[in-house]
Amino acid sequence: MESVLDVRSVSMNFGGLRALNDVTVVVRDGEIVSLIGPNGAGKTTFFNCVTSIYKPTEGEVYFTPRGSAPLRISGMKPNAVTALGMARTFQNIRLFQNMSVLENVMVARHCRTKAGIFGAVFRPGWVRREEAEIVEKSYALLKALGLHRWYNELAANLPYGQQRRLEIARALATEPRLLLLDEPAAGMNPQETAALKDLVLQIRDQFGLTILLIEHDMSMVMSISERIYVMEYGCLIAEGTPEAVSHDPRVIKAYLGEVEHA
Amino acid sequence: MVAREFFKSLGVSLWFMVLTFPLVAVRVNTIENTIQWRWANLAIVGVGAFVLSAVWRWALVRRETMLANAASGAGERSVRVWDSPVVTRTLGAALLVVFMGIPWLVSTYQTNILISFFLYVMLGIGLNIVVGVAGLLFLGYAAFYAIGAYAYALLNHYFGWGFWTVLPMGGVLAAVAGVLLAFPVLRLRGDYLAIVTLGFGEIVRLVLENWSDLTGGPSGISNIDRPGFFGQEMTVAGTNIYIYYIVFVAVLVTFVVAERLKDSRVGRALQALREDEIACEAMGIDRVGVKLMAFGLGTAWAGFAGVIFAAKTTFINPASFTFFESAIILSIVVLGGMGSNWGVILGAAFLVLLPEYMRAFSEYRMILFAAAMVLMMVFRPQGMIPARSKQYRIVDRELELSGE
Repeated sequence: MESVLDVRSVSMNFGGLRALNDVTVVVRDGEIVSLIGPNGAGKTTFFNCVTSIYKPTEGEVYFTPRGSAPLRISGMKPNAVTALGMARTFQNIRLFQNMSVLENVMVARHCRTKAGIFGAVFRPGWVRREEAEIVEKSYALLKALGLHRWYNELAANLPYGQQRRLEIARALATEPRLLLLDEPAAGMNPQETAALKDLVLQIRDQFGLTILLIEHDMSMVMSISERIYVMEYGCLIAEGTPEAVSHDPRVIKAYLGEVEHA
Repeated sequence: MVAREFFKSLGVSLWFMVLTFPLVAVRVNTIENTIQWRWANLAIVGVGAFVLSAVWRWALVRRETMLANAASGAGERSVRVWDSPVVTRTLGAALLVVFMGIPWLVSTYQTNILISFFLYVMLGIGLNIVVGVAGLLFLGYAAFYAIGAYAYALLNHYFGWGFWTVLPMGGVLAAVAGVLLAFPVLRLRGDYLAIVTLGFGEIVRLVLENWSDLTGGPSGISNIDRPGFFGQEMTVAGTNIYIYYIVFVAVLVTFVVAERLKDSRVGRALQALREDEIACEAMGIDRVGVKLMAFGLGTAWAGFAGVIFAAKTTFINPASFTFFESAIILSIVVLGGMGSNWGVILGAAFLVLLPEYMRAFSEYRMILFAAAMVLMMVFRPQGMIPARSKQYRIVDRELELSGE
């Protein structure tokens, strides 16, 4: 199967600190792949390298846009990477708080539309049609995620769980091929987590997505991932199916610690 | 509850009486070596402090309960008059008619006041694009006003170019200067950006003041041509009315353009930049391009306003473009409501028209200014007319059926 994301031995240094050490990850078309590891293992740093918010110190990141050959994206601007078809959500919710729920999604249509200053001021026919289409598509996405009741609310006023969903809706509005979810279930109760799990599966099928997921909730990771990568101290320590990973002694050690034998 | 508030106010009143006692109650008559006790004054201070304190406390309590109500009714947004397009349109049309007719009914002096009011509205709306919509705190705005004004003054003085030729050039020059300033400050935000832009404002003013060969230094440039009207000769009063209409149309254009920009694709990108730069980039918006655009779009209006200002006064010097000017324009934006163009109009009325018409109280201007700012920060920190996100109307049968 075609690889969508191909991360080749990426390392990231912050001064003297090596946050990522020779990490190689491949995600193939249509897969749901999870990245797990203890706090501070470098998972979010990895995401930031993949989305080009950071430029990796060593190594390369390749991304395959729909209907195109793999492109080297390490060193590109984050917005250019988004335009190619990679979208993400944030661990600490980063919504546009003082904009309405609908506008949050509309912003994300930016890279798929093209009205400029003159279009905004003179509003020719094509700009008005484009604007109507932005509203329509954004509303449809809100509806798909069950947020349409609040479309004119400020994003800041949404309940916490819905804010996480809005982040996903916003990411989907950029028409991604690869969706990176950074701890989408953080702070959710078991019911909400279960609903989120169904949602991830549903959007994968509905939008033909490939999904890379950082998550701490093991029930979710184990049940929806096809493959799992495990990180500790910036290094990959295991890779494989949920079944294989959950029995890997190094993973158990990293998560539970080692029993000291006297 | 009420009793406690009463005693607190009583305490404030007593404290003020003690504080002001030596000043208002005791008068030493040094000729007759007697002391006059003016108990009436003291009583006035006491009662006054009590009443003010009680009103203040009542307003604070009322505000708390209103906030609590708003929080408990989560999801319910209070419907405001400003949200209704019928109200804003009627108001807009009424204002339009009134302002169209005014110059024929009032004296030249009044027209002049209105012209300067409109110039400030224009400056406020321009700055609002940078500060209110894109969230970039900008303190040297008067520099771009100066660039527009000097562009006309110099081109007119040395080359004899007319008002209508220079008007678009002034705007373009200011926009170019804005974009050039934006390059070095791309990485800066908040306080740091404010400091650099403040510095830029001072640099422009100091250059104008010291480059005497070109700009005439502190004595400025005089005898700038008034705007021409197809070569017609006009009286001073006639030109004044003519300039009034020019500024009025300019304000209308500024207002319409700013309103349209705000809720367009570009405007949403600017707002996203204000809310969260990292998320903004992750959503596919070119942060650098949008920032440059914000500066250019905001400063162009100052350039236009500057050209009109130079044509109106026919004399300019660097003293018109000090930091105080930037601060007034920023106050107009903040007082009116960041991001709200109607707010800017109200803010400009408050800060430009009121001081003009209340010259009787000019000695207390700074006190009233400060009091107004304190009251605003406590009771309406978002400004007099806070900006609201655009409310979209979407017809969705299913949503209506689900009983919302």
